[in-house]
Amino acid sequence: MSKRQSARLDRKKFFADPVMVITILILFLFLALFILYPLATLLVDSVLVRGTVLYSVEDYTSGDSWVFYNQEGQVATSDREAAFIRVYPAKEEGDPVYLPVYRSKGLFASQANVGETTGEMYLKVVNSRDRSVYLRMQDLLTVQEIPATYRKNSRLIKKMDGIEMTDICVQVSDNQWTVDAFPRIFRDYTFNRALRNTLLLGALTGFGSLLVGLLFAYVDVYVHVRSRVTKKLFDVVSVLPVVSPPFVLSLSMILLFGRAGLITRKLLGIYDSDIYGLWGIVIVQTLTFFPVVYLMLKGLLKNIDPSMEEAARDMGASRWHVFTTVTLPLMLPGLGNAFLVTFIESVADFANPMIIGGSYDTLATTIYLRITGGTYDINGASAMAVVLLALTLCLFLIQKYILEKKTAATLSGKASRARMLIEDRSVRYPLSLFCVLVSVFVVLMYIAVPFGALFKLWGRDYSLSTKWFEQMFREGGWKAFRDSFILSLIASPVTALLSMIISYLVVKKKFHGKAFIEFVSMLAMAVPGTVLGVGFIRGFAGGVFRTGFLQSIYGTGLILVIVFVVRSLPVGTRSGISALRQIDRSIEESAYDLGAGSGKVFTSVTLPLIKDSFFSGLVTTFVRSITAISAVILLVTPRYLLITCRINEYAEKGEYGVACAYATVLILITYAAILIMNAVVKRFGTSKNGSGNTREENS
Amino acid sequence: MPVKEKKGVRLEHISKIYQDPKTKADFFAVRDVSLDIAPGSFVTLLGPSGCGKTTTLRMIAGFESPDEGEIFLGGEPINALTPNRRDTAMVFQSYALFPHYNVFDNVAYGLRLRKVPKDEIQRRVTDILKLVELSGMESRMTNQLSGGQQQRVALARALVVEPGVLLFDEPLSNLDAKLRVQMRTEIRRIQQILGITAIYVTHDQSEAMSISDQIILMKQGVVAQMGTPMEIYYHPVSEFVADFIGECSFLEGEVRKADGERVTLDIGGHEVYAECSRTPQVGETVKLVVRPEAIEIRDEGILPGKVELSCFMGSHQYYHVRVGDTLVKITDNCPRNKKIYQAGDTAYLSFQAECAHVL
Repeated sequence: MSKRQSARLDRKKFFADPVMVITILILFLFLALFILYPLATLLVDSVLVRGTVLYSVEDYTSGDSWVFYNQEGQVATSDREAAFIRVYPAKEEGDPVYLPVYRSKGLFASQANVGETTGEMYLKVVNSRDRSVYLRMQDLLTVQEIPATYRKNSRLIKKMDGIEMTDICVQVSDNQWTVDAFPRIFRDYTFNRALRNTLLLGALTGFGSLLVGLLFAYVDVYVHVRSRVTKKLFDVVSVLPVVSPPFVLSLSMILLFGRAGLITRKLLGIYDSDIYGLWGIVIVQTLTFFPVVYLMLKGLLKNIDPSMEEAARDMGASRWHVFTTVTLPLMLPGLGNAFLVTFIESVADFANPMIIGGSYDTLATTIYLRITGGTYDINGASAMAVVLLALTLCLFLIQKYILEKKTAATLSGKASRARMLIEDRSVRYPLSLFCVLVSVFVVLMYIAVPFGALFKLWGRDYSLSTKWFEQMFREGGWKAFRDSFILSLIASPVTALLSMIISYLVVKKKFHGKAFIEFVSMLAMAVPGTVLGVGFIRGFAGGVFRTGFLQSIYGTGLILVIVFVVRSLPVGTRSGISALRQIDRSIEESAYDLGAGSGKVFTSVTLPLIKDSFFSGLVTTFVRSITAISAVILLVTPRYLLITCRINEYAEKGEYGVACAYATVLILITYAAILIMNAVVKRFGTSKNGSGNTREENS
Repeated sequence: MPVKEKKGVRLEHISKIYQDPKTKADFFAVRDVSLDIAPGSFVTLLGPSGCGKTTTLRMIAGFESPDEGEIFLGGEPINALTPNRRDTAMVFQSYALFPHYNVFDNVAYGLRLRKVPKDEIQRRVTDILKLVELSGMESRMTNQLSGGQQQRVALARALVVEPGVLLFDEPLSNLDAKLRVQMRTEIRRIQQILGITAIYVTHDQSEAMSISDQIILMKQGVVAQMGTPMEIYYHPVSEFVADFIGECSFLEGEVRKADGERVTLDIGGHEVYAECSRTPQVGETVKLVVRPEAIEIRDEGILPGKVELSCFMGSHQYYHVRVGDTLVKITDNCPRNKKIYQAGDTAYLSFQAECAHVL
């Protein structure tokens, strides 16, 4: 017995469909290049110390250009001849070394000189396409590899000790493998503190969200809530944090409870309120993440068959007893699942700890500071990113492969009939009251943001003015909105289409590497934005594998779009997969049988059938992209202004008025996007009148 | 509207291996099946679930690849062709209509893929809808149709592309009993008008009997018997075949005399004449297959038995009669003017030699 013939025939049939083969290849490349590769780079960076040897450049003085040498070691007379530059060891005595100038792709520096503008030093690098880039001295610390003039592992950086031009050296790498970085960061006090902080924060937020979310779900499913307004309030609260930018709650937290807080100072008269720190983050994160828990648990509770609980009640158990002995054990895996999901979100969260964390540093913020701050410690940052990634990845794997399956196993059935809702006032009133209070609180926090932008000076002068909006538009507001809007708008159709294609391949097709595509596109869910950001910096700043390939996308809008796509891909893919699983396989098979190739089947049958999922992917990606910060803040260059980064900037400076103005507009944009989606889905989702026939009849 | 070209289908030693998802052991879903289906004939693959009939059909359609053997369509080997390049069209169990298209667009789908000119599409779709009696329904959405109508659309969609062979995968199993009978005559009528080659998969033996030129009965991946409905009904080659096609009783007896196709058996001391397609040895213990409607129940006859069950079914009286150790099922047609036996009565059974078949 051998399956060789069918394997061979299946292979033949597979390759008879070039559209699918090419699509799969492109997907493989995309996923490998933009998800796996950056993460792999981080791993390598954490164990490979790129040691360097300093050489000083000969004949290099202020305002001069490089002296290039030709193949024979003579001074090059033209740019075309230039093949080497000559350098001397900076410290000890030694022979000059000729370093080859790598210029085949025309992407890299062939000339560089140092100059001065408005008192600030800069290095001007001209590449062989004659495009010049000015690097400020402080940038040089962060963008070391840009003048990657030398072949392969050799690269050039500038040492910026002071203003002395003659001190500028060439650093030639002397790489070696070491596991030194990990022991080093584990000895590092800041890292240890950040790790402890992160875990504590994750646990507290996880429990907090679990508790609030569980209460909401319980009240929604079990308790008779009469008032329509309350129900509506629940809906609003469950949607608001999902669609809002991540740091809006932090902003309003500061506005309401901060030192100049409306509630703390104005109402309660507390002048030394300190919400910056652990508790501030925990509250904000809990309010941000509990709706996710609420929606997850609501689904679970609805699946519990009421007759089980009625049986327990019938045998004499009290309501509390039923809850602890029947309901709770049944949903235990689901609770664990929800806890881990929030834990991961909390650990990966960057914006809230950044704005409201004060001196409470988490891993995400520490990594960011390592890279952008004064100590440009790429090995350390990479090692930390690896630790953070390992943490979220482990939790993600536990969540996805153990708890999710267990949840499905214990609670897969459908409730046999409607549940008798709890009418008992002693249960109803306190629970509903709690939920209403939380809801009102959340809504209040959202209302605080537009007012934060409209009041003249929060904490002092509560008269209305448009001065913050004016300042916003004066300081590049339009550009920020345009850039954010356009980049997100580009990312959303790409992501929506890509995730639908991935879902189609995963659900409906059989081929080698399917598991890879499914796993990697889901993996992005477990990767914190900060880790992805660092990975992209390390992976693409010098081009792929430091060969310069794709280096040109670094620092452009394209890399931001790619990050947006990668970040939203798992969400879209998940919704696409569940939508496609509902569709009978034979519908696609019949199209295939009637003569359509894979591409045609996808566009003419599959996509129209899951267009709801496609539209929601479109909007979800747009919303997620325009509100994203953690990864892009590491990658954005001054050429692009992003709303979220601007908010972060102003919030860091303490200019909450402008930050609120930005946040207000951002909330309006995302809200409008969701309204548009609902309208579109209503318009196209329900009407199923094909246009084809009318066309035929008319002709 | 004759079909452009009828094509025959030939399967040569086709096998398909599947892996048991639990034990991870390989097993044959289809094993060494060879068929030769003549152009223009209506052939049914019949068998219990898991017998490999659907797998065989899907291999012909191209959704599965055979592990051994070669499939020919109109003389051409098609093993390596993808479903969309094969000259086959399939009618699915779930109809598999495109819910986002109306009736017209559903039917026109295959033609549009073939880049048929618009006016020809219009003409052909109209014609085929007339044939399946759905004229005037062109702009309906498929979810506004009844089950039977959806079935007709699925049929029209497969027919309109004029395939060399038409494949049916249990197309009637989602319909209620009455509609099923009506649709199967409909399918047969259309197949005969067009003269198209059709391969039909079903587990319902009465459907297979009523519709087919040839029945291929399968069991555990192997062909148990093939032949016309009549051959299979009257001359089953095994207990499985006899039992699967129609109702029957098995009487065990010893061969007394074998004279060509005529044999004389001794069943519990009584002499019985029967037919046999082989020549059995004298003294051999064999099984005799008798159909319930072939047996007469009277006060006198060949085999004595005890009535255990007697039910009035309207068109016939249904009996279980114990003869020796075996239970014999009997349907006595038109019981109006006949004697009705009650449980506990003793009765005698008799049947014509040509209605009893020795395995």
